[in-house]
Amino acid sequence: MNLKQSFVLALKSLMSSKMRSFLTMLGIIIGVGAVIIIVSLIEGMTQNMLDTFESMGATNIQVMVRGRGGNRSVNLDDMYKLCEDNPDYLKSVTPTVTVSGASIKSGNESLDTTTVTGGNEYYAEISDKEAEFGRDISYVDCEARLLNCVVGTYVAKEFYGGAEKALGQSVKINGRNFTIVGVMEEKNDSKESTGDDAIIVPYTVAQKLSGMGRLSTFIFCATNKDVAEAAQVLVENYLFKTFSNSNAYTVINMASLIDTVSTMTDTMSLLGACVAGVSLLVGGIGIMNIMLVSVTERTREIGVRKSLGAAPWDILSQFVVEAMTTSCIGGVIGILFGIAGSVVGSRFLNIPTAVSFTAIMISFTISAFIGVAFGYFPAKKAASLNPIDALRYD
Amino acid sequence: MIRLEDVYKIYSDGDSEIRALDGVSLFVDKGEFTAIVGSSGSGKSTCMNIIGCLDIPTSGKYYLNGTDVSTMTEKQLAAIRNKELGFIFQQYNLIAKLNLLENVELPLIYRRVSASERRKMAEEALDRVGLLDRGKKFPSQLSGGQQQRVSIARALAGRPPVILADEPTGALDSKTGRDVINFLRELHSDGTSVILITHDNSIAESTNRIIRIQDGKIISDEDNMKNVKTKGEVKDES
Repeated sequence: MNLKQSFVLALKSLMSSKMRSFLTMLGIIIGVGAVIIIVSLIEGMTQNMLDTFESMGATNIQVMVRGRGGNRSVNLDDMYKLCEDNPDYLKSVTPTVTVSGASIKSGNESLDTTTVTGGNEYYAEISDKEAEFGRDISYVDCEARLLNCVVGTYVAKEFYGGAEKALGQSVKINGRNFTIVGVMEEKNDSKESTGDDAIIVPYTVAQKLSGMGRLSTFIFCATNKDVAEAAQVLVENYLFKTFSNSNAYTVINMASLIDTVSTMTDTMSLLGACVAGVSLLVGGIGIMNIMLVSVTERTREIGVRKSLGAAPWDILSQFVVEAMTTSCIGGVIGILFGIAGSVVGSRFLNIPTAVSFTAIMISFTISAFIGVAFGYFPAKKAASLNPIDALRYD
Repeated sequence: MIRLEDVYKIYSDGDSEIRALDGVSLFVDKGEFTAIVGSSGSGKSTCMNIIGCLDIPTSGKYYLNGTDVSTMTEKQLAAIRNKELGFIFQQYNLIAKLNLLENVELPLIYRRVSASERRKMAEEALDRVGLLDRGKKFPSQLSGGQQQRVSIARALAGRPPVILADEPTGALDSKTGRDVINFLRELHSDGTSVILITHDNSIAESTNRIIRIQDGKIISDEDNMKNVKTKGEVKDES
């Protein structure tokens, strides 16, 4: 008996008791579906997080100085000099000053969620917030402490109904009139509380607005992605030389953050896959159980087949193929279920899905393997039945 | 062609042992039409199972076409059952979810005959029992007599030299039973050896040789001269 005939026979046998076949497959369907949903959602989530970090700039190195210890300190000029001395590693640096709780007004309208950040002429490029209309904050703005600002598209839309219309208009920050010299590129559909809900001002002005005297946060931009980590070490070394105390400052590199996130989500994926794997195992045991029942029910048929000349291998392959057909059909249904589930899940959780082809291939292979592994024992039992005992079985 | 030499089949059940076959020796030549007759529990079925390679003797030798099959592996026995023997059972033993053609094809599938050749041979066999037009039907759609004809076709399909029939008429009414016996006679006259196991003397009478078994021993073995003389002629015995 060749495999094709075994397969046709297996299909017939599955069709002859649909409910039972379906229930048998259910374990595999749920198992495979769970593998795909879990892996896809985690993958989607990871991708989402990585994209966010990536947009923050993988080449960026953020420095926060806490130390106020004694006369040791760093100022912006030290940072500029660090860049100039190491052009192979560091391209540019900007201070960042967050103006918290700023009141933003234009006429009678006001916005509450808008973040106001101060930076120098490199800030726009480093934090990927370059102006699409108008211009970025310039060196002169900073030096002369001009009340110029660049606004996000959300702010422009809310106050003036569009990016271009906002150009040249004014906006009140903490009661002072700023001229809008530029509007940033749209990044998040001009939605509230996103990157589009922001205002950039010269850092010198921001210092005044926030009442913060000393600059404590800087963002370096590494020359390229490959030297980002070396650049981070360089900055760390410099700060350690200055402060002699690694608690006085924090250095965060987006690239290393991305690595951390990847490792974390990989572990999550693995864990999820393990849980799903357990349900696949349970599904396999279900198949084995029903195959054992099937062998018992069909003992007489096995006896007849043996009397007609079926060798042990013929019977073995018939039952193994039947178990494999069950688990593979279950696997295919599970894959469809899993794809549908991850699409629905991503809508519901509002994260992008990445239905992983690898997950599909792996879970299908596993379900085929389960069929063989868990079908083998019952099939072996069938194949080793004594023909005359099988024929006499009632 | 079939030679049993001092064959024992002993089932031990705890302390007591049951001698289903108690030293049976017999020889059946090619082309014979033989009946093995005995009451229930006499050992005739065990004898047929051993001849049919469905069971192995506890001791003694069984030569089929000169080769000793009592020491063969299950795989080798399967090949012997497939090529050398055709079985007809009292309960027909057709497989319910296969149609008639597929049922008849089974032994050919296990012989690995190609699909087209297989279909041809199966159709020939079904045609021979007059059921070719019902090839696509399933066993449950047929009467008992028709099912038994299908099982005969299945036994014939591989053209084995020996047909073993175990109470083939047991589940049939006398008219269809007679038809089956006549058909077996016809097969015999075409050169196939037929061994018929029965408890029914009147059926045994239609064969050429009657071997009687009782308590696991052969008590008589005689030619049925009346039939030998009229060999080949289809007779109505009952």
